[in-house]
Amino acid sequence: MRFFLDALAFIFDPASWAGAAGIGERLAQHLAITGLSVVLAAVIAVPLGLLIGHTGRGRAAVIGITGAARALPTFGVLTLFVLIGLNLGFGLSLPPVIVVLVVLAIPPLLAGSYAGVESVDRLTVDAARGQGMTEWQILTRVELPLALPLLAGGLRSATLQVVATATIAAYFAQGGLGRYLIEGLRTQDYTRAVIGALLVAALALVLDGALAVVQRLVVPRGVSRGPERSTRSTRRPSRTHGAIRTPVTEG
Amino acid sequence: MNWLWNNRDLVLGLLAEHAWLSAIPVLVGFAVSLPLGWIASRSRIARGILLTVFNVLYTIPALALFLVLPGILGTRILDDLNVIVALTIYAMAMMLRGAVDAFGSVSGDVLMSATSQGYSALARFWTVQLPLAGPVLLANLRVVSVSTVSLLSVAALIGSGGLGYLFTDGYARAFVDEIVVGIVFIVLLALVFDAILVLAGRALLPWNRRAPLPRRLIDAKSGA
Repeated sequence: MRFFLDALAFIFDPASWAGAAGIGERLAQHLAITGLSVVLAAVIAVPLGLLIGHTGRGRAAVIGITGAARALPTFGVLTLFVLIGLNLGFGLSLPPVIVVLVVLAIPPLLAGSYAGVESVDRLTVDAARGQGMTEWQILTRVELPLALPLLAGGLRSATLQVVATATIAAYFAQGGLGRYLIEGLRTQDYTRAVIGALLVAALALVLDGALAVVQRLVVPRGVSRGPERSTRSTRRPSRTHGAIRTPVTEG
Repeated sequence: MNWLWNNRDLVLGLLAEHAWLSAIPVLVGFAVSLPLGWIASRSRIARGILLTVFNVLYTIPALALFLVLPGILGTRILDDLNVIVALTIYAMAMMLRGAVDAFGSVSGDVLMSATSQGYSALARFWTVQLPLAGPVLLANLRVVSVSTVSLLSVAALIGSGGLGYLFTDGYARAFVDEIVVGIVFIVLLALVFDAILVLAGRALLPWNRRAPLPRRLIDAKSGA
């Protein structure tokens, strides 16, 4: 327990937050690395996922990619890329790490955007098409808003994975909160390692909480309000329900 | 691949260590999640508490959890138990949601007809609900197994556990081959575990020759 108290004392000491090696600077680095990687991954994965969801082509590829990504040990891939980067003369710089983090963040974002569009009721899409919407309008005005909660879920798990892996990246002399952890492990200073562990855990929890709120906020108002009640719904509840959620086969 | 042949004893030793260090959390996590998942599928309050607690634990990055646990468990930092407990927590977090889904997927009509035929609560669970929940449980267990095998490699940073050693050692010696061997063996081990689970599923759930793909594509701890 002494380690924890010492670590907490360090974290709550304002002096620890200042300076180039202070908590503030390292937190900023951690957030910058995470933000950059997730944004780059989203630029690649979200349009692709939306396209796959809209056209229905390439489903097998998405399922294959997300499954394969799960088996790949991120720490190993990170080590490999950093080492290859060193051999290519990058030095211990950020690009190889960012590349791995982007690759890591793509599968959850791809799956989230694809599953989001896929989850939209075909009847809703057909109704939009029947009203004369173009495919582009269907994608941007119907499918995308309805896909947002699942898309935000993908963003959430991508962010968490990147925050966690950015911690390990400190092993390769990069910035971020992982520095405390790695320094503590190298010098066998357990208090310092616990400082890093607590800060990283706190950052992950705060980010996850914030994104959980975002996930709730992006639910379109029409969906969160529930199915619209029509006057006939008391007599024929299955029709109303069916029209909104499940396909009605009997016309 | 001369290196692999010359160091086959080292690699096989690490492989064996990796296998049991990841098998224990998967098996324990599965065994504990079943009763908890069953309780959570029946009570809204229990579900809220259990899922929230494990979601929070799941959010904590692995390296951080490995380091905080010795302070809570009173273990030494290099103790394998820290890694096993941490991975068990993650396995439970993933499996619990799967178990709630699995038990919830069993139709209420089926359960009521079992009750009306005179099944006791316990007999109904073992002979009706568990077999019907089996396919969804298996799909989730496969995700847990693969994620655990790959996540264990992070433990090398705290000087514990399995094939991840090839990453730290390979990096220290700037030797790409060793790292590639580590990645390949971890992926192979994950595939072997998956194959064992699929075969066990065929034997135990003969009515379900094709296990459904896990519904949740997004959530699985593959990072650190």
